[in-house]
Amino acid sequence: MKGTYLGEFEEVVLLAVAIRAGDAYGAAVVNEIEQQMNRSVNLGAVHSALNRLQEKGLVRSEMGGISAERGGRRKRLYTVTNAGRRALEEVRELRSQMWEAIPKTAWS
Amino acid sequence: MSKSTASPPQLAQRLLRWFCAPHRLNELEDDLNELFHQRVETVGLRRARWRYCRDVLSLIRPFIIRRQPNEYPNPRTMDMLRNYLKIALRNLARNRVYSFINISGLAVGMAVAMLIGLWIYDELSFDRYFQNYNRIAKVMQTGTFEGEVFHSGYNPAPMGPELRNVYGENFSHVVMLSYDGNNDHILAYGDKKLTKTGSYMSAGAPDMLTLNMLSGTRAGLKDQNSILLSESTAEALFGETDPVGKMVKIDNRLDVKVTGVYEDFPYNTEYWDLKFIAPWDLYASSQEWVKRAQDNVEWGNNSWQVLVQIAPNTTFEAVSAKIKDIRLKHTPEVAFLKPKVYLQPMREWHLYTGWDKAGNSDGRIQYVWLFGIIGVFVLLLACINFMNLSTARSEKRAKEVGIRKAVGSVRSQLIAQFFSESLLVVAFAFVLSILLVLLVLPVFNEVADKQIGILWANPVFWLCGIGFSLVTGLIAGSYPAFYLSSFQAVKVLKGTFRVGRFASVPRQVLVVVQFTVSVTLIIGTIIVFRQIQHAKNRPVGYDRSGLITVAMNTPELYQHYNALRDALIQTGAAVDMSTSSTPTTNLNSRNGGFTWEGKDPALKASFGTVAVSHDFGKTVGWQFVQGRDLSRQFATDSSGIVLNQTAVRYMGLKDPVGKQIKWNDRSFRVVGVIKDMLMGSPFEPIYQTVYMLDYGWANVINIKLNPNRSASESLANIEGVFRKFNPGSPFDYKFTDQQYALKFAAEERIGKLASSFAILAILISCLGLFGLASFIAEQRTKEIGVRKVLGASVTNLWLLLSKDFVILVIIAFGISTFIARYFLNGWLQKYQYHTELAWWIFAVSGAGALLITLLTVSYQAIRAALVNPVKSLRSE
Repeated sequence: MKGTYLGEFEEVVLLAVAIRAGDAYGAAVVNEIEQQMNRSVNLGAVHSALNRLQEKGLVRSEMGGISAERGGRRKRLYTVTNAGRRALEEVRELRSQMWEAIPKTAWS
Repeated sequence: MSKSTASPPQLAQRLLRWFCAPHRLNELEDDLNELFHQRVETVGLRRARWRYCRDVLSLIRPFIIRRQPNEYPNPRTMDMLRNYLKIALRNLARNRVYSFINISGLAVGMAVAMLIGLWIYDELSFDRYFQNYNRIAKVMQTGTFEGEVFHSGYNPAPMGPELRNVYGENFSHVVMLSYDGNNDHILAYGDKKLTKTGSYMSAGAPDMLTLNMLSGTRAGLKDQNSILLSESTAEALFGETDPVGKMVKIDNRLDVKVTGVYEDFPYNTEYWDLKFIAPWDLYASSQEWVKRAQDNVEWGNNSWQVLVQIAPNTTFEAVSAKIKDIRLKHTPEVAFLKPKVYLQPMREWHLYTGWDKAGNSDGRIQYVWLFGIIGVFVLLLACINFMNLSTARSEKRAKEVGIRKAVGSVRSQLIAQFFSESLLVVAFAFVLSILLVLLVLPVFNEVADKQIGILWANPVFWLCGIGFSLVTGLIAGSYPAFYLSSFQAVKVLKGTFRVGRFASVPRQVLVVVQFTVSVTLIIGTIIVFRQIQHAKNRPVGYDRSGLITVAMNTPELYQHYNALRDALIQTGAAVDMSTSSTPTTNLNSRNGGFTWEGKDPALKASFGTVAVSHDFGKTVGWQFVQGRDLSRQFATDSSGIVLNQTAVRYMGLKDPVGKQIKWNDRSFRVVGVIKDMLMGSPFEPIYQTVYMLDYGWANVINIKLNPNRSASESLANIEGVFRKFNPGSPFDYKFTDQQYALKFAAEERIGKLASSFAILAILISCLGLFGLASFIAEQRTKEIGVRKVLGASVTNLWLLLSKDFVILVIIAFGISTFIARYFLNGWLQKYQYHTELAWWIFAVSGAGALLITLLTVSYQAIRAALVNPVKSLRSE
């Protein structure tokens, strides 16, 4: 397994895959990110991130069933693996840990 | 819905399809389309298209471009290779005719190229045996006489001492050399007498020529009465015993001690026939005229060669510049010749000796080029054949490609298959060509006058051979490998696959190239032989039949002219005998210093000079046009002189008989004029020549054999007489007609080689044509069947099939006519006495080529035309 360090964009993509659980393919992930973050992303960047995540073992892909909307062609669907879920949780924990550590006086 | 109206940018779509790996394309296109349609709704068409493009560009990433690894089971390469080999061999065995044409044609081409390559290698490695190859040079003189530039390797006797004493710091060695037309000497040890070629050389020669001494030392020539023998001579003379220290007699008069034995020079060196070396000092002291030339410092007598090895710190050019005026300094009277002395490096001796009248180099190198070009072309022909046939055949294998693809072959496997197949064929051809070369080499050596062997141990040879085979195999295999493997299995198997209309154009061009080369070679060969025949048909002015010459190399022969002659005639074996300064086949002496009444004082007249005895005319049978022969009945004939017709024209005499001619201070009276005797080169005009009586200036005995008796019997009788008069020497004789034939040897050699190559070239071309014709006939079987059903006759069909090839050959003939005219004209101009480029030679070559083509093609065409259409149309 490659290094499990999660880049910022990778984290976002991973989260998007998790949100779209069961129906996460390239275009869906792009839509999700654009809606959530209100910024435009390139399809290439998303696929690149998905590819990296897959290499790190954080997502896995499989060809989905035939659907009418794509003219009978199949989509590649991504799902978050256990390792992916753990990675997300770690990031989140790390963040909250750091949030906890901020002294109250910092905001004044 | 706007989905149907809005469409993404086509260019970006096409770009994506181009770079994207096929297994990801669908998915990505779908993603892109989905996003695009969404965006058309949300942000409008323009921005949607813009985003589409940006997305496509952002997808150019390695992991998208990378093709999917083969998901089929990957058999080990060796397994597949074995299968390819099996299929290839089955294919070869199934199409025996094609395989034969393909392999043998290529093998013959390769064998020719190999032979020529070996020949060129031999020519280029000439003289490299000598370790000082790059430092040795010959002292040459050049000048201009009667508007013609001459180069000569013969120098006066004082040249050696002059170079040694005045210019000594430039040379490591300066060696005088007695090396000219007559190097035959008699070596005697006890009762054994042998005639061997040898030379007298200065003591530095063994060091300069780096003799490989088998016994004795290189210092062996320092003693005046010594001799170095070559290994073969030593063996012939002494057998097993050690020759060093033994006494040997040269020419029955000089006693010398053997001081060393050297390894024979290889055949491809300038001095390959040098079987012994004796000291120059011995030569100078024993030969009166040499002694005189050396002692009196005669700068006018150019009879010897001078070899030098230049000092390590200088160059040939630098030394040449220093010594160029030596001749001018010592013989200012020949200033009109503009004489110049220069060094000709050893590396130029063999290939660059020979100059035309304008002084341009005209040496053997041009034959190296000629044969090199022929070799390349023959090889090219063979390759063209090979490629044509393999590509033509491969179209038949489209179905096989289809099947292979259908059962799972990927393209790289098909490529590998076709390459391995053509490489296999080339490998067969290569092995076969080596066998051919081995077979032909003895004959080739004889024709080319060489001693060449295959360079088994030379890596360059193998590198060239195998490298060439690889290249041919790859080029010939590339068409089927890349083109056929790109077919779509479905199309091929359904039968909708069609070869394009212009698929045969490259093949046609190649056929034209082939026939251009072949026809050019044929025309060239005919011209070469015509030229030789032309020169052979020249009148020679005397009777060569039954004429033999014997060299006079012992003192005994000079003292008994009349007794010897009487004894010879008495045996009945000889009709007559005479002596002369030169055999009739060699005009070896030319002299100036002639004056006569009415001579233009500005003319520096030069004549060929031949000394004869009274009986010379009767012996050789010269023919008088004016006056009479030299006769014993007139005492005044001792100062008589005979001219040839060219001499009379040259001197501008109206009525030559009785005129006085002075040669230096000797005065002669013309007694007769003979028809021109051809003594020099048969390709050059006859030289003005005078024949005078001189019994002392004699080098050969001419004997006319009795025509009524068998030559072998006569020769036995004559040998008996010579044994009596000349016991010290073996009886060696030369037939004049054989010597005369030798004058054509160089031209005949070229002719023979060129004609064999031309025949091979046309053979290879015809093989190719035969293969192509049969291929085309086969391809058009159905068409022919339909035509026959519709009423075409056999003649119609024959015309139909032959026409294409005939047109190609006619085009080739047109091109080759131009090429041949241009080059052969140049070649013929080199010979002053030459044949013309007659139109019929071209016509005959063209007709011949056409005939051969028709024969080759017709066989296939008629065979195809005779097939019953029911048979050809029944299938399917």
